[in-house]
Parts: sequence; structure tokens; C-alpha cells
Amino acid sequence: MRNTHNDDADKPKAEKSPFGLARREFLKATGAVVVGLKAANLPAAQAQSVAAVWQRGVTSGPPDPAAIDSYLAVHPDNTATIFTGYVDLGQGAPTMLCQVAAEELDLEMRQVSIVRADTFVSTNGSTLASRSTGIGGTEMRVAAAEARRVLIGLASERLKVPVQDLTVAKGVVSVRRDPQRSVTYGELLGNKPFDRKFEPVAYSAGAELPRKGTDLASFKSRAEYTIVGTRVPRLDTPDKVSGKYEYMQHVRVPGMLHGRVVWPQGQMAGGVTRPKVVSVDEQSIKHIPGIRIVRRNNFIGVVAEREWDAVRASRQLKVTWEPFPAVFPGHDGIHDNFRAAQTNDLVIVNEGDALSILTQPSAGVRVASASYRGPYEGHGPMAPNCAVADVTSAGAVVMCSSQSVYQTRGSISRVTGLPVEKIRVQYFAGSNTYGSSCYTDAAEAAAILSQEAGKPVRLQLSRLDEHGWDNYGPAHLAEMRGAIDATGKIVAFEYQAWGHDGNGVGTASQLLAVDGPSVGGPGFGAPAAGDGQRGAAPAGGRGGGRGGGQPGIGGLYQVRISQNDMYDVPNRRMVEHRVPGRGYLKLGALRAPLDPPYFFAQEGMMDELAYLAKLDPWEFRKRNITNPRWLGVLKAAAEAAKWSPRVAASTVTDAKTAVGRGIALGTHHLIPNQGDRITFAAAVVEIEVDKETGVVVAKHVYGAMDCGLAVNPGIVESQIVGMSVHGTSLALKEEVLFNQTNVTSLDWNSYQTLRFGEHPAVTPIVVQQLNEKSSGAGEEVLPAVVGAIGNAFFDATGVRLRQFPLTPKRVLAALKSAPAKTNRSA
Amino acid sequence: MANELQLRVNDKMWTVTAPPETPLLYVLMNDLALQGPRFGCGLGQCGCCSVLVDGVELRSCITPTSRVVGKAVTTLEWLPAYYALKMKLAKPPELHPLQEALIAEQAVQCGYCYNGQIIKGAELLFKTPQPTEAQIRSAMNGHICRCGTYPRILSAIQHASKAMAATKLSAAANAMEEVARA
Repeated sequence: MRNTHNDDADKPKAEKSPFGLARREFLKATGAVVVGLKAANLPAAQAQSVAAVWQRGVTSGPPDPAAIDSYLAVHPDNTATIFTGYVDLGQGAPTMLCQVAAEELDLEMRQVSIVRADTFVSTNGSTLASRSTGIGGTEMRVAAAEARRVLIGLASERLKVPVQDLTVAKGVVSVRRDPQRSVTYGELLGNKPFDRKFEPVAYSAGAELPRKGTDLASFKSRAEYTIVGTRVPRLDTPDKVSGKYEYMQHVRVPGMLHGRVVWPQGQMAGGVTRPKVVSVDEQSIKHIPGIRIVRRNNFIGVVAEREWDAVRASRQLKVTWEPFPAVFPGHDGIHDNFRAAQTNDLVIVNEGDALSILTQPSAGVRVASASYRGPYEGHGPMAPNCAVADVTSAGAVVMCSSQSVYQTRGSISRVTGLPVEKIRVQYFAGSNTYGSSCYTDAAEAAAILSQEAGKPVRLQLSRLDEHGWDNYGPAHLAEMRGAIDATGKIVAFEYQAWGHDGNGVGTASQLLAVDGPSVGGPGFGAPAAGDGQRGAAPAGGRGGGRGGGQPGIGGLYQVRISQNDMYDVPNRRMVEHRVPGRGYLKLGALRAPLDPPYFFAQEGMMDELAYLAKLDPWEFRKRNITNPRWLGVLKAAAEAAKWSPRVAASTVTDAKTAVGRGIALGTHHLIPNQGDRITFAAAVVEIEVDKETGVVVAKHVYGAMDCGLAVNPGIVESQIVGMSVHGTSLALKEEVLFNQTNVTSLDWNSYQTLRFGEHPAVTPIVVQQLNEKSSGAGEEVLPAVVGAIGNAFFDATGVRLRQFPLTPKRVLAALKSAPAKTNRSA
Repeated sequence: MANELQLRVNDKMWTVTAPPETPLLYVLMNDLALQGPRFGCGLGQCGCCSVLVDGVELRSCITPTSRVVGKAVTTLEWLPAYYALKMKLAKPPELHPLQEALIAEQAVQCGYCYNGQIIKGAELLFKTPQPTEAQIRSAMNGHICRCGTYPRILSAIQHASKAMAATKLSAAANAMEEVARA
């Protein structure tokens, strides 16, 4: 087997082993990984300087958040490297973080590199909840401003000129009136530590707190920006198209075995019992040479020197499992089950007197009511998760695609029994993850296999493992009532939600019977992501987690924050009916958790009220929204789509192909106190419905987003394109299928996703706000697209379809049940 | 049982020892240490593992290695050279025009499916140098992109088509000049 690491000349020399492990070759191989230089494309000289001088990689992190050295280093060749825990999940965050650092340090982009996240190297960041640029960028901006101040101070001493007489460009500090007198950052500091503390940005439950100190470095004014706010090309693109980019799935280390897990096909109901092995027939794979079966409690895996041997052994090994209890309602029964369940009810919002207006409307007030449904959705990464682990009694190195290396360190500690500081977790990008796909399961499984086999093990999950043991996006049931007056103003609105609590025990933990949440533990559909809560011992999780035990973090409570200024509704009521998680699927954060079904429902209901008022849907929204930023994105999307006012479904014909358009708002609901980081999004979607086949095709999506200061409008546009296609996929195709015992959608045929031939044209619109804080940009258009497609279906057919995905079967049933050529509901 | 298999990959001969039914993908990834073809599903459903075999796109994750013995396998790594050969260019460009166009479009997000998108797109452009949008959608339909970058890939294929036509014209002009000089 060839080692893909060793023959790279541009790698730094091997670093010293962090634990004094015997396996020096392994660490030599991972030494390259320590500072992730290949990914960062550093020239050889620079790479060596980093490895030689910096002692990163020797002790366990996270480093001091109040030390400049934790965030960045300046090298003799006048370049800088940033060390951040925020990672590339495909969204381009590293490019934007480099932009922020370059801007504040007065460097050019080519002078700044970023390294892979690593618990022996990086700051403690979690790349989730659209926070890498908003929060990670702010942290980097503050550290870079402080670093610049130190460097200018050193230059002042060196050049014997007061600070105010100095100017910086490209990392060269020069005297304003005598530019010949200059010194570079590299000459001033060149690989030496800053050795300086500062007051970092602090957050409370995700909200930025004001810095108290008086001795703070000043920031560059936004009017002076030349890098932030511009379309810098992504740093990773060339390597990704040429095939040189090293994904997690490419990592190989010397002496490594290939591992596969042997899990039941498709997960069982959570919280009822664990998968239990009755027997393992070792003879069934006797014909495969050099195979080793690893078993710990109910965790079973195989390891082999050759990957194909591990693959076929995992497929052929006969394992008899105790039959799963038949407790699932099946994918078609989920919402009725929710409705019938004994729930824990929380009144989230009760403003004014919504109930009496809705039940006893006064003259001139009209009331509409409806119930909407959304399915479980899967993360479906293109690449099933993969991890490489080397576990010894002295310590462990685990390479994986975790969104939070420090959180995964805690998971590895639980399954290996090693203390966290002896565990080094290194990030390598896999494919898209969209949240908590099975990366923790892969990391844990690799660690268990390595610990048992006594060798480094590369564990690759199969497509069936990944689809079947995912932490799905939440199924959702909404019942709404709305009342409007004669002018089309909303006078009362009620939203009641049903969903189940999380039961986020990781798969490997479940099989090992090592309790503790491997997943972030989202309860009622959304993760809590406060800093410090994502450390070595993540809170939340098992048997309800955040949702069950901590009202106010999951579910509708988040919705309230963003809803306050979305529609102007004087009388409002929101009630959350929490269904106990026992007997349902595992949940996890999935791109804008809860928001696609929430906005499908809310924006559908708003359209129903517009229709009741005989108003154009955009006009109706104008009458009921005053916040200029919500109106701004609606206007941007509507203008791009050349929206002309008319009442929905006013052009329905008997033609075989029906054409319609829909408009909707969207956002990613944030945890409480993050109200200062709301992103405003809207979409207009044009669709065609084939009334004979029931096939819906989205022809064009116009997606508009105001995410405050867009650090890189080009990357934000790419996110809008991706969300428009993903949103179309959710609205039309994606749905986790399961019977009474287990999940059955285990591949790309049974779990449908939007195909190349089915994609809409996309017009992305970034509403740039140079003077606002950067907020998230990876989740917010997605739910707007789902809502707009639902509304477009009504416009095309005059039939309201209140359950997504809008599959041909559902479409045909809806059209059939509705009387012809009237405005009607299904 | 493991056999010695002689393979022609990226214009070089390789001898690998593997059971003949081993899917080609594992040989390319592990024995030849190639990074282009990669694991996506192992079921031939997604296209992450695509390679060209005698110029035809094929899913290496479900193709027994023995089936490509005696054939020419081209992976993403060698695509620019293969393109130069097909286009009769004097020397290989650094990247295939589709790769260039994908950079220009800033199409890539996670990029994991791009091996297959590029291999399939290149196959299409060899077969149908001026594809219509419908032809592109149809040819590419078996390649999933979960980041949803389809619109940008479509646009990149259209741009690459134009770039290839221009290259062909100038190559033809050069050839004419040489003929004239002779």
C-alpha cells in the first residue's frame, strides 16, 4: 500500500510526538497534518518555518482565547498563518476568515494562510449554526486588530517614529512622510510569539457582549475595506477541480488497516432498547484472508489490510440481531402519531388576545385555519463519513470531519476511556455535511477499531450506514389559525407545533452501551450552540436533551426571536406540543433545523390569508410588514422575478401543464440572545406542474439574502445557489422512509434528492449591508424556497397541498380530491 | 484469490495483485494512490468514482478490476493530457477547459462530487462538442451534487464548450499554417 503523505516535498518536517508514542511513522505522517499545510498551499519555506518555530501540536488545546498567539502567527517572509477552529464544510468559511485577517492586518490575501482545525493547534470554534463568519470572523477581526497594534508598536520602536506617523500596506510598515524608511511585519516579529494578551470577544448564549476594557485596539473603518466585502476567489477551488485537494476519505497512514462497521441496516426506534447481537457466525467470512472481526459489546466491525477485504467481509459476515421492536408509526403515520400523543405543552408566545379573536371574530374579521406537515429529512453527505484513528494506551490521534474538533474529543474520550488531553482530533474536510451527519459515529468507530486492533485504522462508513443511522432533521406538524380585517391586516395569528424530543445517542455509543450524547443533542429540532457548551462534555442529548429538559432553546422559542419583527401581528400565540422522543428516529441539526417545515407552514398560511383578503401575496406582505430589511429582501426577490401583482390562482386553466409562482420569507432561527445576528431572506419560485403525471418542476428560483456585511458576496451568492437547489430538493423530493421497525431509505434511489436534470435556474441576490454585523449565510434562503414552492403550487393549480415533499403521488391525490376549476383545498 | 492484473491507467502500465473482482475504485485509490476517483456510494448511484475507460465514463466502484484489463483507464489526474491527445494539442494544458470554467464560475462548494461531474462533463464535450442545455441536463443526470451547484456546472459546461471550439479552430489554423509552410 502506498502512503500518500510521505513523498510530499512541501511538507514540514515531522513534529515531535505529542505523547511520546512509539509509532513515530504515524506521527511523521500526521506531522504534515498538524498544521494542515497542504490544504493551505503554503510554499515549502513557509511551511517549514511554521513547523520549526511554533510549538503548536505539542500540548492539548484549546489555547488561551485571550492570547494573540492563539489566533495567528507572523513569519519571517512577511506572511501570516491563522489558527481557527472554524472549518471548511464546503461553504468557503476559511477564505472569508483569511479575508477578515488580511483586511485588519493590512496584508494581501496571498500573505495569509489558514490551517486545518486541530485540538492541539486551533482555537475552540464550532462550525455550525451559520456562525463561522459572524462569530468566528469577529473573533479573528479582534485578534488581528490587536496583533496589528503590537506590530505597529514594534515598528515605532524600531524606526523611532511615533505610531501615528506610520502607515501599513502589504505588511510593510513605513513612515508616512519618508516611505523609504520601512520595516516588514516579518522583520519585526518573524515567527516569534506576540506574547500579548487582550480582551477577546465574549458571548453569552451566543450573543456578543460589549467589551469592557478601555485599552482596545481600534478597528479599521469599513469605508477603508479593500478585501472584506469583495469577491475574493475561494482558496480551495483550484485543488478541488484538479483532484489535488485532500479529503478525509483520502487520508492514509503507514501500518494502517481498513475498517468497516457491521451495523443493522437502518436504525431502530430510539430510546426503547439498543440493537443487540444474538450471534456472530465467524465461519461466514473464513474465506476472506487476513480479516479480523472486532467486537465490543454490540459493536461489531471488521479490519483488514486491503480495503476490499474489509468491504466484502462487512457485507458477508452473518450477524444475527435481536429483532427490532415494531414501534415506529411508519413514515405515513408520523403526524397522526404526533397529534395523538400525550405531549408536554409550552405556551411560547401569548401576546394580546389571539384566542378570543380567532374563536369569536368581530364583524369584518375573517378567520382561516390549516394544518401543515413536513417529513424527516436526511443529511445525505456525498461522501459517507470517514475517520482515521490511532489509539494506544498513551493517547490517541483521530482524523475526522467533525464540525467541532473539541466536541469530538469528548466523544472519543467516552469510547476509549482516555482523558481528553491525551486525545488529538484533527479536521479533514469530507463532503457537504449540513450539520450532524455521522461524523462523530465514524470517529468513534475508528477509535474503537484501532484500540481493539492495536493499529491505526481507517474507517469508512458505507452509504447504507450513513443513510440508515443518520441524525435526521425533524418531522413537523403545524396547526395554524389566522384572522384578517377588511383591509387585509393580520389581527391575530396562532401557530401550534408538534414534534418529538431528541434522543441523540450516537450509534457507536448505543452499540457499546457507553451512554452520553455523541450528537449535539438537539431536542425539538434545533441545536443549542452556545460557546462553552460545545466543549469536551457537550450538554444536552439523551432522552430529550435540550428540547426535553430545557424549554427555551429548541423549537418555537427560537422562532419567537426572529418573528418579533417579521409580520406585525398584534395578537399572537405560539404553542409547542413536545412529543416524547422515545420510539422515534434520532434527530440532529440539519441545515436550518426546523426552519424548512416551519416556513412551509407559516408562509403557506400567510398566502392563505392573502387569498382570503383577495390580495396579491407580495402586496399582502407589504401591508403586514414594516421592518425594512424583511421588506428589502422581498422586494429584491420580487423585482428580480419581475413580479406583477395578481391574486394567487387567478390564472388557473385546464391545461395539462400548470404554471405558477410563489413568494415566501425565510431565515434560520437562532438561539435566544442572538437577535442581533438575524439574517433576512426571501425567495420567489416559478414552477410547472404536470397535472397528468403529478411531477412538479421548479423552473427558476430568485433567492435574496441580507446577512449584514457579506464578507465575500461571491461566496454568499454561491450559498444562495446551493440553498435554492437544496430547498427545491426538500420541497419536491426528500423524505426519510421507514416502516414499523427500521429506516428503509438507505441509498440514493430510496432517499430521493434533486438530480442534475431537475434543477432550477437560480438568480442569487445579495443585499449588502456594509454597516451591519455579519450574520449567517448558509441556511436562510433554504426555508424560503420550500415555502415559495408550496405557494407556487397553489398559484398553478388552485389546490393547496399542505404536506411536503410535493411528490407525484401527493400531487395527483391532491388534484383528484379537489373539485375542478374552483379555488379549493386538499 | 489474488491475481496479478496488468492495468493501463493514465497512460502507464501498472501491475497490481488483487482478487480480480475487486472494484476498480479500491485499486485506483489504494494501490495507485490516486485522488480523483473517490468513494461516494459503492452502488453506482452517485458518480463520485467515475473514470473514463476507453473514453467512456464508468462507475469504478462497481466495476471489477479484471474488466478493465486491456483497456485504457483515465482518471481526473490525467484528464488534461487525455484532452490534449484527443484534441491533437502540442502539449497538455494544466487543466481541461471544463476545469478552467469551473474555477471561473466559482462553482465549487465541497467539491467532492466534482471528480464525476468533470469526468462526465468532459465525456459529453468529447462526444457532443456543442451540447444544448437539454443534452447537458440529460447527460449529467446521473451525477448528484448535494451542495446544489448544478446551475454553475451547467454554465461551466457551456463556457467550456465555447473555449474548446476556439481551441479547435486555432489548432486547425496552426495545422494549416504548417501544411502551408511545408
